[in-house]
Amino acid sequence: MKTLVWVEHDNASVKDATLHTVTAAAKLGEVHLLVAGSGCRAAAEAAAKIAGVAKVHLADNAAYEHALAENVAPLIVDLMGHHDAFLAPATTTGKNVAPRVAALLDVMQLSDILSVEGEKTFTRPIYAGNAIATVESSDAKLVITVRGTAFEKAAAEGGSAAIEDVAGAGDAGLSSFVGAELAKSERPELTSAKVIVSGGRALKDSETFEQVIMPLADKLGAAVGASRAAVDAGYVPNDYQVGQTGKIVAPEVYIAVGISGAIQHLAGMKDSKTIIAINKDEDAPIFQVADVGLVADLFTAVPELTGKL
Amino acid sequence: MKILVPVKRVIDYNVKPRVKADGTGVDLANVKMSMNPFDEIAVEEAIRIKEAGKAEEIVAVSVGPAKAQDTLRTALAMGADRAILIETDTEVEPLAVAKILKAIVAEENPGLVILGKQAIDDDSNQTGQMLAALLGRPQGTFASKVEIDGDHVAVTREVDGGLETVKLALPAIVTTDLRLNEPRYASLPNIMKAKKKQLDVKTAADYGVDIAPRLKTLKVSEPPVRVAGVKVADVDALVTKLKELGVA
Repeated sequence: MKTLVWVEHDNASVKDATLHTVTAAAKLGEVHLLVAGSGCRAAAEAAAKIAGVAKVHLADNAAYEHALAENVAPLIVDLMGHHDAFLAPATTTGKNVAPRVAALLDVMQLSDILSVEGEKTFTRPIYAGNAIATVESSDAKLVITVRGTAFEKAAAEGGSAAIEDVAGAGDAGLSSFVGAELAKSERPELTSAKVIVSGGRALKDSETFEQVIMPLADKLGAAVGASRAAVDAGYVPNDYQVGQTGKIVAPEVYIAVGISGAIQHLAGMKDSKTIIAINKDEDAPIFQVADVGLVADLFTAVPELTGKL
Repeated sequence: MKILVPVKRVIDYNVKPRVKADGTGVDLANVKMSMNPFDEIAVEEAIRIKEAGKAEEIVAVSVGPAKAQDTLRTALAMGADRAILIETDTEVEPLAVAKILKAIVAEENPGLVILGKQAIDDDSNQTGQMLAALLGRPQGTFASKVEIDGDHVAVTREVDGGLETVKLALPAIVTTDLRLNEPRYASLPNIMKAKKKQLDVKTAADYGVDIAPRLKTLKVSEPPVRVAGVKVADVDALVTKLKELGVA
């Protein structure tokens, strides 16, 4: 089977989400990559070095700069003439583009796969991760999004794939990019961090969140996350949200501060290697999944912890 | 402009789903069912656009069992004008739902279709994008802000790095994210009025759409269970644990 993997990149380097997806694709067969963007040859060169990659398709065109689904989906559909499976990471870009590709190919997509069980059989979470379905596709081609935390990263070095330019139709004339407000942070990215410190509604307001959570995260070199309640209350922007409808994370260590542990939050972090919870309510559901729990008032415990590290 | 709002009847978000002992699915017998939360946000957004004078009619549509009439009545009580149920007793996959919606769009000619980004049962996150693809129209997914301006709509999207704004030519498809709005509750008088609003019942065959599934569910199982660990007495003990883990 020949697979085509959507590469997430910043024009110069390849994002980690791609490496997890390559691992899933390699379980199906030969791995080809698609680097689409504008001025992204450096990213294609980086992608060509990923271990196990046979070929990199490079579509360098101003119309592909912001990965607008209307423009990139036809490009992918063209390439799928010579591939059997399309895989994208289950990032907001992958989730936006893949179903558009699937419908154009008349294929029912497999979203958020957790494992590859056979050529056409996969597991995926349903009901916010409260159940795992094993599903088999009957379509001639496969369109898949991959949950990054469920697959190891492929080695970023070691490959020497050929880079082939592809043209594509360019701008479909349906949509345009206006602008973005992307968070700039010195901290590691949530989805690839080794350590995450997350705060919940108990943090009271954005100033308190900043004063309590950030120093601990800085001490640990950790990424900062938040529960949906904290995001909805406006303590932090939406891109901090860990949970079923936010980011799915699986760091080495996840420290949940003042987070009660709603199902939808647990769905986003329960695959973390070690979970540490600090909460003053000893009956909080978070303690049912935590490896290490501290029942304490976070406003005294967290500064004390930060001070002692 | 007309707005089409597809809604789905799903397990209530407060209910913890239980996997059936025989591994064939999730037990939905005698379980509270409600409108998919993201779809409630879609209905609310459509109503707000209408209230702002930028739309004249809101048509709610659902693909599901006869009971999905309740879900449509909720949409009508919130403020939708009329409803269409495509009745079926089998589970319909997102691709087939998108095909049915395409046929309804051909009949109704809405300027906007607003739907939830995903349903909280199968968590597919596909229908809106698929509908946009089948219609050859632009898509604004995971919306946290929708602004109609003449023959275009600006959609601010919740993306992994923050927010992104795209401008789409109308007619367009928008899928909702959590922070787009807070849906209203239907008032009792509006619930009473909704009972008299038009609700047409049709079938997929009426639209000539094949809804045979492409995916076969072989098994549904419980996720691996995490067991609770230890509780430490104080911050010093926690520091020791963090040192053992090699992160401090």
